Amino acid sequence: MLTVSTLTIMILALFVFEGMVIFNALATTAVSSLEEKIDISVYFKTNASEDGILNLKRSIEGLSEVENVEYVSKEQALANFKEKHQNDSVIVQTLNELDDNPLLPVLNIKAKDPRNYGTIADYLEKANLGEIIEKINYAQNKLVIDRLTSIVDASEKIGVALTIFLALAAILVTFNAIRLAIYSNSDQISIMRLVGSPNNFIRGPYVIEGIMYGCIAGIASFLIWWPVINAVSPYIARFVSEMDLSLYLKGNFWSILAYQVVFGSFLGTISSIVAIRRYLKI
Amino acid sequence: MIIFQNVSKSYSHSAVALEKINFKIQAGEFVSIVGLSGAGKSTIIKLLIGEEKPTKGQIFFGSYEVNKLKSSLLPEFRRHIGVVFQDFRLLDRKTVFENVAFALEVEGRAQKEINELVPQVLDLVGLKDKVNNFPAELSGGEKQRVAIARAMINRPEVLIADEPTGNLDPFNTWEVVKLLVKINELGSIVILATHSKEIVNTLGRRVITLDQGKVIRDEETGRFMM
Repeated sequence: MLTVSTLTIMILALFVFEGMVIFNALATTAVSSLEEKIDISVYFKTNASEDGILNLKRSIEGLSEVENVEYVSKEQALANFKEKHQNDSVIVQTLNELDDNPLLPVLNIKAKDPRNYGTIADYLEKANLGEIIEKINYAQNKLVIDRLTSIVDASEKIGVALTIFLALAAILVTFNAIRLAIYSNSDQISIMRLVGSPNNFIRGPYVIEGIMYGCIAGIASFLIWWPVINAVSPYIARFVSEMDLSLYLKGNFWSILAYQVVFGSFLGTISSIVAIRRYLKI
Repeated sequence: MIIFQNVSKSYSHSAVALEKINFKIQAGEFVSIVGLSGAGKSTIIKLLIGEEKPTKGQIFFGSYEVNKLKSSLLPEFRRHIGVVFQDFRLLDRKTVFENVAFALEVEGRAQKEINELVPQVLDLVGLKDKVNNFPAELSGGEKQRVAIARAMINRPEVLIADEPTGNLDPFNTWEVVKLLVKINELGSIVILATHSKEIVNTLGRRVITLDQGKVIRDEETGRFMM
């Protein structure tokens, strides 16, 4: 006979476990989406010659880590800026009143792998180009990504700790339920022993009971997550546009359900085996 | 053949249940083990069915050395032994038929075989007309006969009865004793642990007398003397 309290604790543990799986997918998408968006922008001083910039562009393109390098001249940068803000009359008016083009020529460098930006930034810093380079914005982007990564890491650690804590609680509660089942069936167990019942026949029902707790709690926690995900999915999409959680859940329906059921069964089996070893004498 | 060879059992330094027990029981014997409460009768039974292990000594049952049996071999070993207790140990929610059939079901026997064997053994113990009754609907003597039927269903070589008449009135006591004698005559060893002087003296069979964990007397046609 399965008990409600045991199922509740098991469901809670698996609910947090599934939350961690979903959060992990979400965080991975968010970080890689940000990494996709970053590049290294090298801003040149106004007196830097276009030849010098184009020479540097060619040498950077020769680096194996570099995917492509885009040169945006002062004029092009101004044209892009104007086009971007054509509907903002204040900016347009301000630009018209300026005598000089305030924008700087820039090289936008895209790496093949986001992890290579450090190497490219080192190359630029060691090349003694201080005379022509105004600034390299890699450090600012790196800070944002590092901060996001550390938040994600910390959240994952909290999730793992919470899952372990609740898993232990679920094991203890299930263990107790199995122990009670063994006690309440002690007459039947002693008769089974007396008549020479195979050991697996005596122990089997309690292992199955543990697995049942895990399976039912796994399915139940998955069913609880379903409407939650559908409800929060549009809000999540505002922050991480690449992530449609509803779609993710539909696409990974069977694998997530399998994770839940396997993890739940694992917890239930451990509980049963410990209870049987301690309380079911053959 | 059952052999107890220098068997001792102690639960702590101060709690010695059995001390240097030696006896042999041959095929077809009917042996009463007698003694006061705490003399060690039940401990001998627990050691014989492998429920506990001796602190010292060896116990042999046929080709089995019981004290060395691994738990994985215990079920097969126990099918050679039938056991009945004073408290019957029947399953209240099962009928007489189901209680007896349970011993075959746990072995995985086919339903057809169960349907053939259970009525035969219930006939042997005189309960053929009670197959559909629950234990609560039976007298003490009938309950004990159901327990004996369950113990006999596997045709064991030994039937151990631990105070089987302790909860019964005189009439039912003799019914059960007569049944044990009948089972013995059919070829099984019967080991009867009891503190009933009347039963032991009436049977006139072999008696092993225990006192404070030691065998103080072992007589072929013994009497209850304490």
